Amino acid sequence: MKTTETPATPPAESGATVYKTDQDPAARRPSGQREGTVLNVFSHGVLVIWAIMVVMPLVWAVMTSFKDDGSIFGSPWSLPDRLHFDNWARAWTDAHMSDYFLNTVLVVGGSLVGTLVLGSMAAYVLARFDFPGNRFIYYLFVGGMSFPVMLALVPLFYVVNNMGLLNTIHGLILVYIAYSLPFTVFFLTAFFRTLPTSVAEAAFVDGASHTRTFFQVMLPMAKPGLISVGIFNFLGQWNQYMLPTVLNTDPDKKVLTQGLVQLAVSQGYKGDWSGLFAGLVMAMLPVLAAYIVFQRQVVQGLTAGALK
Amino acid sequence: MRHGKYRFIVGFLALPLGLYALFVVWPFIQSIYYSFTDWTGLSPDFQMVGFDNYERMLDDDIFWKSLWHSLLFALVLPVLTLGLALFFAFMINVGGRRRKGGPAISGVRGSAFYKIVYFFPQVLSIAIVSLLFAFAYNPDSGAINSLLRGIGLDGVQPLWLGDPGLALWCVMAVLVWSTVGFFVVLFSAGMASIPAELYEAALLDGASRATTFFRVTLPLLWDTVQSGWVYMGILALGAESFAVVQIMTTGPGGPDYSTTVMVLYVYQKAFRDGQAAYATTIGVALLIVTLAFAAIVMRLGRRERLEF
Repeated sequence: MKTTETPATPPAESGATVYKTDQDPAARRPSGQREGTVLNVFSHGVLVIWAIMVVMPLVWAVMTSFKDDGSIFGSPWSLPDRLHFDNWARAWTDAHMSDYFLNTVLVVGGSLVGTLVLGSMAAYVLARFDFPGNRFIYYLFVGGMSFPVMLALVPLFYVVNNMGLLNTIHGLILVYIAYSLPFTVFFLTAFFRTLPTSVAEAAFVDGASHTRTFFQVMLPMAKPGLISVGIFNFLGQWNQYMLPTVLNTDPDKKVLTQGLVQLAVSQGYKGDWSGLFAGLVMAMLPVLAAYIVFQRQVVQGLTAGALK
Repeated sequence: MRHGKYRFIVGFLALPLGLYALFVVWPFIQSIYYSFTDWTGLSPDFQMVGFDNYERMLDDDIFWKSLWHSLLFALVLPVLTLGLALFFAFMINVGGRRRKGGPAISGVRGSAFYKIVYFFPQVLSIAIVSLLFAFAYNPDSGAINSLLRGIGLDGVQPLWLGDPGLALWCVMAVLVWSTVGFFVVLFSAGMASIPAELYEAALLDGASRATTFFRVTLPLLWDTVQSGWVYMGILALGAESFAVVQIMTTGPGGPDYSTTVMVLYVYQKAFRDGQAAYATTIGVALLIVTLAFAAIVMRLGRRERLEF
């Protein structure tokens, strides 16, 4: 591969001059060939640089999580002298990463199930049944996607507080579900519309109730859509920061994201930077691992919404 | 009318709609009402004060600063992010042409690998990403400045987040870093659906890559770019910018309010300063900015729809 730059207008090559047009050197096939090579080198170079820029901070974080405090500040880019696994142990127990993990799993597990069940129920009714107010309710849900959450958070805090749900896991779950419904209903309504009606009607003629038809016929058919929207919600809820920051200030109930930020900001974890990095990496690894394993589904799930 | 249809509809909609109304719709309506009161959020007593909060807001220098920064987030960030993503996606999907013996149009070698790697940051929590970069930006012992020292640039040691002129750009860079991959994948999906014949025709006509991009790819991808812009803008005005600014910059929103954005200002007024009513007023302003932004982008971007 050539790495040198060629002039903007590549030198004419014999036989190629016939095609020459001043505006468009690429029209001449042989030098077009060369333009391709140079551009390939250039484009590859840019792509590689961005790939490095993406991976390097992550590698740096992993590396740092195995170093002692002295070398973190002394020489941030050097390799660890040995693998300080004690950072990880300390973060897991002393820095309460295990608690934050458990809280996050509980909150996300509960709200993910709730979001999918309630979201698909609402979406099914809105997609398949004609009744007065159908459009209004649909747009009421969908409108929620474009409103700034922060506006609602101030009164929401007091609503949640008055119900005695502040600083509770189940309170967070209910709020997560409510704020995940706009996109979920939007996505699943479109999905249920694409499913054939004949199967559901056959089940109904056979004497199945609406409820039974939904749970035993329609829901299994909607599995691909549920997986896409489920991954979207999983990542969104796992990574949620704003809602717990406002609604969940009890140190024992913190989720991963706020727990880590709390550790970094407060003096409660004085100077244990290596432990903090271990905690950071710990919080990153599960989603990165899940992404690598379920790469295709994750990408489909995340882009499904924006594409239509 | 089928038996039990309405009972079924009500039964299926009650719970999702109830939850949504209670935690999302009701707080939204309340917040507009509260913006006309002098409610502190600390005591249950308050009075109607008309447009006092709005007048105060118009005289508030910090509000104007935060508005300006939020506008920068909504305008500059999408341009940078979408521009980079379009470039990468084009290279990955179309840039590899003129490889000997291959199809006329293809991605560069390793395009699947790039798509996987670029998407990494998207699955990570923005809170965790912010923490990681806050460490990297540390002027004394952070990764970036020591990298600069390492390559002999001892004289170039910016304060990054501590420099009022730089802090906002540092914060934006982190959001670009974390979102480009999503749009690369999104645009790749869009580009994959453009028929290869169109590219082959452009190639036969001797179009260079730049011409191909501006005459073929971009017009056919315009709808996706536009909805991507709205999506990114809403994110940048809301949750994402809250997390980066709140976590990465210290104090009241960066040195000398240099990174304050509207969402952060709402949060601080409501939960730090005990001025809930004034916070909701700024929230209403944020709502207006968000809606206006979406409307303007949709209107400016309106073009004749290209069918292919």
